[in-house]
This record gives sequence, structure tokens and C-alpha cells, in this order.
Amino acid sequence: MKTLSNINASSISDAVAAAQQALGNGQSIAFSGGGTDLLQQIKDGTDRSDVIINLRNVTDASQITSNGSGTAIGGLITLTDLSGSDVSAVLAEAAASVGTPQIRNVATLSGNVTQRPWCWYYRNGFNCYKAGGNECFSVVGENQQHAIFGGGPSFIVHPSDVAPALVALNASFVVSGPAGERSLSAQEFFVLPSQNPQQENVLAPGELLSGVNIPSAPSNTVSTYHKIMDREAWTHAEVSVAAVLTLAGNRVEAASIVLGGVATIPWKLDAVESFLVGKELTEAVVREAGALAVADAQPLTKNGHKVPMTSAAVERTLMSLASV
Amino acid sequence: MGDTKKPDKDGGTSTPSPLNPKQQSRRDFLEGAGATAVVTTAVPVLGISAANAQQADNAASAPTTSIRLTVNGVSHSVDVEDRWTLVELLRDQLDLTGTKIGCDRSECGACTVLMNGKPVYSCSQLAVWADGAEITTVEGLAQNGQLSTLQQAFVDNNGPQCGFCTPGQLMTATALLNNSQSPNSDEVRSALVGNLCRCSNYNAIVEAVVSAGEKQGGVA
Repeated sequence: MKTLSNINASSISDAVAAAQQALGNGQSIAFSGGGTDLLQQIKDGTDRSDVIINLRNVTDASQITSNGSGTAIGGLITLTDLSGSDVSAVLAEAAASVGTPQIRNVATLSGNVTQRPWCWYYRNGFNCYKAGGNECFSVVGENQQHAIFGGGPSFIVHPSDVAPALVALNASFVVSGPAGERSLSAQEFFVLPSQNPQQENVLAPGELLSGVNIPSAPSNTVSTYHKIMDREAWTHAEVSVAAVLTLAGNRVEAASIVLGGVATIPWKLDAVESFLVGKELTEAVVREAGALAVADAQPLTKNGHKVPMTSAAVERTLMSLASV
Repeated sequence: MGDTKKPDKDGGTSTPSPLNPKQQSRRDFLEGAGATAVVTTAVPVLGISAANAQQADNAASAPTTSIRLTVNGVSHSVDVEDRWTLVELLRDQLDLTGTKIGCDRSECGACTVLMNGKPVYSCSQLAVWADGAEITTVEGLAQNGQLSTLQQAFVDNNGPQCGFCTPGQLMTATALLNNSQSPNSDEVRSALVGNLCRCSNYNAIVEAVVSAGEKQGGVA
């Protein structure tokens, strides 16, 4: 592997200070939670960081704490711990669907939410938007796994499973950096390629996602995460659906539905949500919701299969939550 | 390097085995056999030398860190280059070559070791991150020359075909059996999704783990 130096941080503020110092010395940095993906990128040359700031020994950002208004989750909680937590079914299921046990044992919530895209052009060293270039090779290339929502000028899909679950739970994202801490809504945290084609979120160099806050939900709220993959395990979503419904019997009082695997950011289905509110979750209503989910889809030349797949995934997810 | 004697290369046993009375490891054998190949393949050897020279240049300026870790119960104080992966430390410095490098990118599971009791991919951990950790490798499974119940079950059920994935399979399955008395085949399959077997001997591997669990849990 290329030459690099490792710095062990003992707290989030320690990590931020170490990052500032390295950046001040003209070095490039990367924060490392579990490191499984980061080390691949370094070996492949798609990440050329001089300094790795190891967050393994940080103890102030891996807890789950609840109070009257909601739940705060430290960004460095491992996906194994998150998948065994009882914060919310959608979040535990999303965490459990990532990678393999070996990955989940070290991978963190923050690392999963902020990992770089898995587009095969970007990961194989093409000088695309995500690598700092000014082209998206998928447009006239192999775009089977690319975005049907939110694309242009880059058409990557956001790779996270945990992120759609967090957005569906209306979480806010706590960013720590040299200016201190700020809390952002999902809308403020994730950025479309039309806003900035090089990044998937607003994090500046030296900033990290240190935690999330999830507001309390009514007790009659149910949720789940469905992920469709092109093999049974250890891969990213072809399409995934994070759904959080507040149900009175079988009538929808509130709905939050977010797609993964098909859009450049976690893709909130506002139209489907407002369509569902006030309706009974019958098969006819669910089918209509599935059709509405893809009304704005813009498939590329080779990813048209994702359109009916997304409809079906939305329908199945909603039916699994219906109390019939 | 280590505080105590270096572990044996293949399996950690010091009693001569009736199957291998000379105590020659597969590694020793292959390294010996390789000497012949050097003579006949001049071009690749030159290529490797050039690569090694470049590696040595880089190494001169590579930051290093002193770490302390426990491997199979033996404490080691080691100076590691920050860029070394844990599997490189285990294989190249501690001579524990039971842990394999397959894909070197978190995909195949051949490098699986236990870090503080949990299976992790040692190709995707920097060695410096293991400072203070307790590591168990496949060499740590046999005790006093006696295979673990799981290892014996792999032998009895023909778990290994080519054997390259076996150390990783054993480590992941060991962690499973430490936390689950007698897992059923579905639980075993789901625990082992991160360990690929290119011989595709999955059924025998799952049967081996299930049967080891039954023995351990006292069901059989």
C-alpha cells in the first residue's frame, strides 16, 4: 500500500483538531471508522490520503441515548450494534443488510452514510465527476446499476442502506468540524450532483458526521427496510425501500418512504407519502402507490429494469406493513 | 519481535504428527520447490526484483508505530509501518501464514481473524489499529496438538477442498459457535455469507459447522 501515516484520535474534537493540523500542513486526510472501504480505495488509488485519522479509540460517539424528544445515535456505532438495537426496525434492518458480518463488526453508521459511490467507473480509476473530472462515463456506457432519479450530470446511485432509513425516520445529521457542531436536515446534508457533482453530501475536508438525532414517533408507528440485490448477500441494493408508517388500524395517518439504490441521494417519495395519508392500505391503494413511486423515473439506456423493480419493491414493502 | 518464542508456522503444535513426522510445513515444502522455478523463469524474477527495490525506497520514508497486541495468547511488541495491514503483520512479521490473502479487499473472507472475539477481515484493517487488541488466528484453534471440535468436524465432513478458504471459514464459524450453542443450517449460512469458497463446497462446510455445534451443544 502507498505510504501513509496513522493518527489515533481519542475523541471527536481530538479527531477534528488532528485533521485541521494535517490539512494545515498541506496533507490530505481521511477519517476512518471501520476502514474496510477506505483501505480498498487507498489500495486502488481512488483515495490518496496522506494521513488516516483512526476513530476506533473514540469513545464519545458510539452510544444510543434517548430522551423525551427523541434518540441520539453516535456516528461511530458499529453496524453490528445498530442492527441489534431497538431504536427502530427500519434502521436495524437496514444496518443488518449491509455487507457481511466481518464488515458490520467494524463498519460504522457514519462510514456507511458517507461512503463514496460504488459506480464501477469511479471505483476503477476513471476520471469522472466523482474523481474530480468533468464527465460521467455511465451516460453512454454501462449504466445498468445507475440512477433513475436525481441524475445529472453524474448518475451514481447513493450506496448507503442506513441513509434511506435515517431519512425515512426524519433524522437530523450532526456535523463536527473546526467551527464546532451543526445539525442539518437530510435535505441540507445530502447534495444532488446538479448542486455539486463531486460530492454526495456537504461535508468539507476536516468535517465528519459525528451523529444523528431521530425524533420520537407516535407509538402506533411501524417501519421496515426491504432491499433487493442481484445476489443473495454482500452487495448493494438494486433498489431498497425504507418505509415508516403511522397506522390507525389499517388507515395511514403518516407515511415516510425513501428509496435507496436508484437515486443519487436517498430519494424521498413525497407524492406517494401524501397520496397514502388518510387511506386504508388495501391492495388497490398499494398498487397505485407503487405506480406513483416511479412516475418521475428517468431511466438511462440500460437500467430500465429498475423502474418496475422499484414499483414492486414499494408495493411489497407497504403490504408487509399493512395489518391485514 | 515477540516477547516469547515465535509460534510454529502451521498450526501451533510442537508435537510431531504421525502424518508429518519431519514437521515440514507445506510452506517450507513450497519454498524449497520454488528454488527450481527461479532458474527457469528469469523474466518474472527480474520483474519482482524491480518491484522490491521500489518498495524498499518507499519503506525508507514510511512512518512506523510501535504497537502491542496479543496473538493466540502470545503478547507481541512490534514496530509496524502505518501502511501495513493486519494480515501483512501476521503473515510477514509473525510468520503466522495460516491466515490467507485472497482478494485483499474485504470480499472473500480468506483473511478472517477474530479481533477481540469478533470476526474481521484482516486485509482491511491496518496493523496499527490492532494496537492493544486480542487476535485469534487459525493457528490458535488447536490446543495441545488437539484440533478444535470445529476443525475436526471440517475434517470429518470434507469441509476443505482446495483448503484456501478454510482458515477464514473456521474463524467465522468459531465466532458463531462461541455465541450460539447449536446453530441450524440457515443460521450457519447467514453467519458465513462473508466467506467465499471458490470450490463451492458450501454444503459440506455448513454441515461441518452444524455438526460441530451439535457436538458442542451436547445435542448429538
